[in-house]
Amino acid sequence: MRLRYLVPALVLIGLVVLFAIGLRHDPREVPSPLIGKPAPAFSLAVLGAPQQTYTLADLQGRPVLVNFFASWCAACRVEHPFLMQLAAQGVEIVGVDYKDTDADGADWLARHGNPYRTVIADPQGAMGLDWGVYGAPETFVLDTAGTIVYKQIGPLSEAVWRERVAPLLQGAKP
Amino acid sequence: MKRGTLKSRFAPLALLAGLLLALPGAPLRAAELDAEQQARYQTLINELRCLVCQNQTIADSNAPLAADLRQQVETQIRAGRSDAEIKRYLTDRYGDFVLYRPPFKAKTWLLWGGPFVVLLIALAVALRFVRARRAAPAATAVDAAALRQVLADEAGDDARRPPENRS
Repeated sequence: MRLRYLVPALVLIGLVVLFAIGLRHDPREVPSPLIGKPAPAFSLAVLGAPQQTYTLADLQGRPVLVNFFASWCAACRVEHPFLMQLAAQGVEIVGVDYKDTDADGADWLARHGNPYRTVIADPQGAMGLDWGVYGAPETFVLDTAGTIVYKQIGPLSEAVWRERVAPLLQGAKP
Repeated sequence: MKRGTLKSRFAPLALLAGLLLALPGAPLRAAELDAEQQARYQTLINELRCLVCQNQTIADSNAPLAADLRQQVETQIRAGRSDAEIKRYLTDRYGDFVLYRPPFKAKTWLLWGGPFVVLLIALAVALRFVRARRAAPAATAVDAAALRQVLADEAGDDARRPPENRS
């Protein structure tokens, strides 16, 4: 007889647990298969200096953030002040002007400030495709060896930085 | 019948035909593929998920990323890559999520096996239910005297009960 109440109770608890997990999980955040792998190679021009190319080798040797942004991206405006703050703290951020014209990208940076050590121009989104980017902003955290240790889909924030990124970077420092 | 009326009667039809023609019939045909490649292209773009608008295939989606992915599929087909190689290229970058039919592996066993697990549970419950019913004692021959006694007791109960609806 007791089983009669136990089984529905267990089913209910099981469903509550499943829903609790499901509702916290954002389906828009597709986990990247690139985490733990070396960053994909690329060779693109630097924004505003078409004769100067920037490649994967230029990203290696120290922990670095690679931030995909664009002048057409509203969420990048939201993220921008925090990137400025990080840059002021000495964090190296390399920007990728993703599917944007050089003029618009440069204008955006001139207007809002430039938190990037270097800005790479990716007008066709070719580097984005290789890196598995499907929107902006997206930020990759690379360790000293050039391995992708974290990917942030959507704006970086103080909370994300403190809880997810900072611990990884501390581990990556030599 | 005047010509004017005839014309106006057909005008809506002509408009409809015009609209139907204006609808993109097959907007996603890749320009420079032969018939066999075209068929592969259509199958592939209908099996790959657009990551921006997640419930659409890259064939259905108008998102710029979907256009890029279609372009990529077309380029790779033209380069002679196999379907498996093209899917591999995309899953290496975006994960199994781009495939509308993800492969069976350690991470996806619950996805593929889940329905069968639920079916097994349902069968087990049904079997238990049926067994329980079968095990229940069937009606047996009743001693006529005992039955009469019970009925008499019942009647006695009724007699002792106060009559209802007494007005």
